[in-house]
Parts: sequence; C-alpha cells; structure tokens
Amino acid sequence: MIRVYTSSVIDASADTVWSRIRDFNGLPQWHPGIADSRIENGDSSDRVGCIRHFHTRDGGMIRERLLALSDYDYSCVYEILESPMGVENYVATLKLTPVTDGARCFAEWSAEFDCAEARERELVETIGQGVFQGGFDALKRQFGGR
Amino acid sequence: MLQHVVRSTVIDAPIARVWAVLRDFNSHDQWHDVVAESRIEGDERGDQVGCVRSFTLKDGHRIREQLLTLSDTDYKSTYCIVEATVPLQRYVATVTLKPVTDGDRTFWHWESTFATPPGQERELHRMVAEGVYEAGFENLRRYLRDGGDRRGASGTTMPTALPLASRCAVVHRYGGPEMLQPGEGKAPAPAAAEVRIRQRAIGVNYFDVYLRKGWIPAMMPLPGVPGMEAAGTVIDVGAGVSGLLAGDRVAYLGPQPGAYCSVRTVPAAWVVRLPAAVEDDVAAATLLKGITADVLLRDLGHVGPGTRLLVHAAAGGVGLLVSAWARRLGATVIGTVSSAEKARVAREHGCEFPIVTAEHRFAETVQSRFGGADVVIDGIGDAARDENFVALARRGHWISLGQASGALQPISADRLVEKSITFSRPVVFDYATTPAEIGLRAARVWAALADGTLQAPPIERHALGAADEAHRRLESRRTIGALVLIA
Repeated sequence: MIRVYTSSVIDASADTVWSRIRDFNGLPQWHPGIADSRIENGDSSDRVGCIRHFHTRDGGMIRERLLALSDYDYSCVYEILESPMGVENYVATLKLTPVTDGARCFAEWSAEFDCAEARERELVETIGQGVFQGGFDALKRQFGGR
Repeated sequence: MLQHVVRSTVIDAPIARVWAVLRDFNSHDQWHDVVAESRIEGDERGDQVGCVRSFTLKDGHRIREQLLTLSDTDYKSTYCIVEATVPLQRYVATVTLKPVTDGDRTFWHWESTFATPPGQERELHRMVAEGVYEAGFENLRRYLRDGGDRRGASGTTMPTALPLASRCAVVHRYGGPEMLQPGEGKAPAPAAAEVRIRQRAIGVNYFDVYLRKGWIPAMMPLPGVPGMEAAGTVIDVGAGVSGLLAGDRVAYLGPQPGAYCSVRTVPAAWVVRLPAAVEDDVAAATLLKGITADVLLRDLGHVGPGTRLLVHAAAGGVGLLVSAWARRLGATVIGTVSSAEKARVAREHGCEFPIVTAEHRFAETVQSRFGGADVVIDGIGDAARDENFVALARRGHWISLGQASGALQPISADRLVEKSITFSRPVVFDYATTPAEIGLRAARVWAALADGTLQAPPIERHALGAADEAHRRLESRRTIGALVLIA
C-alpha cells in the first residue's frame, strides 16, 4: 500500500474554502487539471455513494465514488472506480481544518493505493504534486496563502 | 456542560523539530511562560506512557497530569489532569502535529474537553484557550526562533531539590477567626526521613481554635500555621523513607501544627497510606477524630457492654464517631447537643439518648434516667464543670478532651473523692507516638469505616483561603459533623 500525503495552508476560513470544494461535481470550477464533470444516474452531488464521471485536461476519463462527506469535519472521502492511472484500491481523503489564529485553514489531501512497484515513484509524484498540490496551488491563487 | 476548547496554529519549522520539543512531556518549563517548574514523578521518563508530570505554575497553582497516549507516527500526545488546584474537571487534552508539506512547516492542533464548577465555564474556557494554548503557541515560536531547543539540556534543573510554593492560612496575631489570613510559604524538599505532601483536604479540629487564640503559645509561636492533620498525595520522599512513594495517597496527624497549607513537608513517621475506598476529605474528617475516639473508648474509657457513656457535643466531628463506635461496643450512649436538628443527626450516628440543651443542663436527666454516667467525654470545659460532677456515677471517669466554653478551672482532689471519680486530661498525640501505633489505630479507623461500624460524618467543606470562615462556623456551635479545608 502506497500512501501520498500533501498539505497546505490557505488564507481563507475553512467555511469559505469548504463552500468551494465540497461539491463533488465541482472540480472543473476550481481544479486546473479537470476539464469537465458530471454525476452519473442524475444523482445529486452530495449524496454519499454518487459517482462522478470526469475528464482530465489531457483527455483521461476517471470515475470516482463518494464514500463519505462531512460538513462537520470539512472532509470528503472517495475511491477510484475506473481510471487510466494504473492504481488499485485507491481511496483518497480531502480535509480542511480551521487554524484558529487567523482566518486560515489547514488543507490535507491524502490517498492510499496499490500499484506496480516500478510505477510507485512516478505515481506518488503525479498524484501528490500534480493532482493534490496542483489543486492547493489553485486554491491559494484564489484565496491567498503561501 | 462539557467545555470543548480547540486552538490551532502554523509554526514555521519542520515537524520533526517541533515534535522533538512537544513529545517531551517534561519540557514545558523550558518554553511555556506559565509553567515555573515541571518534573516527572517517580523518576520515570518523559516519554513513558502513564507517567505523571507535576507542574508548578508561575501563579502558584499546581497541576498533575498523566500521559495517556504518545504516538511518534501520528505526532500525537494525549494527557489528562489527575489533580489540580484549578477546578478543571475531567480534563483531557490532545496535542496533534501535522506536516504542512507545502513549505515544510507544522500545523499544531491543541484541543481539550473538561467540566468546570457552575459559573466558571467562561473564565476557565478562556484561561485554557488563551492563557495556555494561544500563549503556548507564541512561546514555542519564540523558543524555536531563539534556538532554545538547540541549547541542549544544560539548563535543566533538579526540581525535586527545590522548595515548592505552598499556600497557607497563617496567624500573625492571636485572636478571633479573622486572625487567620491567607499567606504564602514554602515547603522545603524532604530531608532524610521526611515526605513532602501535596495536601488536598485538611482536618479542622477544635484544638486549632486554641492555637489560634494563643492558649498554647509554646506550641504555635507567631507567625504560626495551625492544623494537625491532612490528606493528600506524596510529591517526593527524603532519604531513608521506606513504604512511601511519590503518588501515594496518604494522610497524617502530628503533634506540631502547620497543616493549614497546600504543600507540607512532614516526618514520614506521621504518615499513613490511605485505602482506596477512603477519599481525601473523608480521611481529613476522620483520621485524628477517629484515632481520638479509639483512644477515648479503648484506652481510657474501657467502654464495653453496659457502659453508660455521656458524650458532649454528640453531633460534632468527634462526638459522632465516638457515639457510633461506643454503640457498636455495646455501650449505652447518652449525648448532649444544642439543637433538635443535631439530636436527629446524633441519633442517626448511634447516640440513643440525645439531650437537647443549649445551656449545658443535663445532669439531672442523666442521674434520673440512667443512674449516672460511667464515662463522660467532655469537650465543653468550664461551663459543664458542675453538671459533670453531678452527672457522674460512682467510680465514674471524667475525660476532659477540650474546653470549647472556656478554660477549665482547677479541679479539687477533694471533689473527686466524693464519688471516687477519675479525671483524665489526654492529648491524643501521646497515644500515637510511634509509626506502629499510628498505623494500628488508623487501620482500626479505616476498618470501622469499611465494615459500617463508623459512617463518615457529614463534612462541611471550606476553601483553605477561607479558613477564617471555617473557624467562625466551628465556634458558632452551628455545624454538624466535621469541617474540612480544601487546599
């Protein structure tokens, strides 16, 4: 099992950032790597169990299922059902925690998965830096943060 | 309602560096401004799960906290308060660090839940959130910026060798209850054969009033701290002390006053360990008084089946214990009390025949109903002097234990001969002089409490800082049962 962990500090309250990212169907609105997204079967995007079906900007199709959503913990957990990345048993968590001294929040994005040994390093880099840090960088551009 | 405090911040240092400081359960006196002294009890290490740290805060408060969880993988430490002079109840706190991979910084999350006495929620919530957590964030930031963590351990001290601050109630001038004033003292590190005790409950005895009034100046010169007994927890022990360890729950009684304080260093020979079932306040309410009862009934009164025992102040701390124990020994227990309410409580505790008399008139009743008393236990003193003579049966034994109403005038030997009366004036400490003797008598008190022979008397609690009020109450004759000061 490989684990990838990326965290950052964003200069906006957890409530503000959460309202931006809680929509499971909203990745194209804030993540620069995502081209489009829809929820399968006409489900609403905050129904736990719903499936998002989206394309990355390089054309890859990914299907992910929402496993947990907490407005109390500012967190969501999801798994990959189908993707071109070559990962198995991929479960990721995106979570915000308020930083009480100042209007900031601590953002964590982590994933665990299995993959071919030869691809570990590349996948850790792609997911940790490309997907997760890429998302945080976009949020920091929108809300500020260093 | 349980209070929940959460505070968090971001520290501009890698997590390994921050964790190296915070994982040490004994480091706060080096970086947190509110902590004056920190040490780990019992020579354990600061990363030993289960260890107890003892803090002295700069404001004089003392807090003992136990490490419940330490995780180097989760960068997490959970601990709880086991004892504190601040009223944080059921306090459990967790420190969690997380790496900020974006910039190699550290997210620090500090949270706790606790209960408080009613009305203090806001004040204590704020103290924890701002005084401890937020201040701690700033203090650690400064500590790291100044490189405090890189200086090594050379600055650490041996706190066990230091005197500890002790709050006390001190008498600067003999006189009324108002002469008991809050004060600050030091409890020295224990010398050979001594132990230092973090006191929680202190027994108030009428004897303390005599000391305060200056009736026995040789025993308590000025300025002086009264008090002959207390219960609490051992902080540390001096050389050559066996059978007592830091953290042990103990109680003591001793012939030298000084117990009205929060930390006290006393001879180990005075100290007995407390059974788990005996709470600190119960111990403080029953140790000296229970041993007194043991001496009165066993050594002096030879009380047994059929003994006609007259107990004055039968609803007082000693009176209730004497009555209950004497009844169990088969005695006929007659008591004097000053109110119907006290008569009810005295009866509940084994005094079969309470006589309600505010003016100490009882002799006629005792003579007409019982033919006199074989033993009189007298804490009243001069006001009951003539009545006692009349109430005593032939070959009776008058045990003068105290003189709440005023100093007993000399007793003429000629008056004793009229009824072959025996007169005793015992000091209980002369009957508890060795550790073995104290241990044996204390064990009898604990056993009597455990098997129901004695029930703990009603306890009236006062803060140590309000010792004057406790004395006022005791002297008012309005209290029922025992008075205890909570340190």
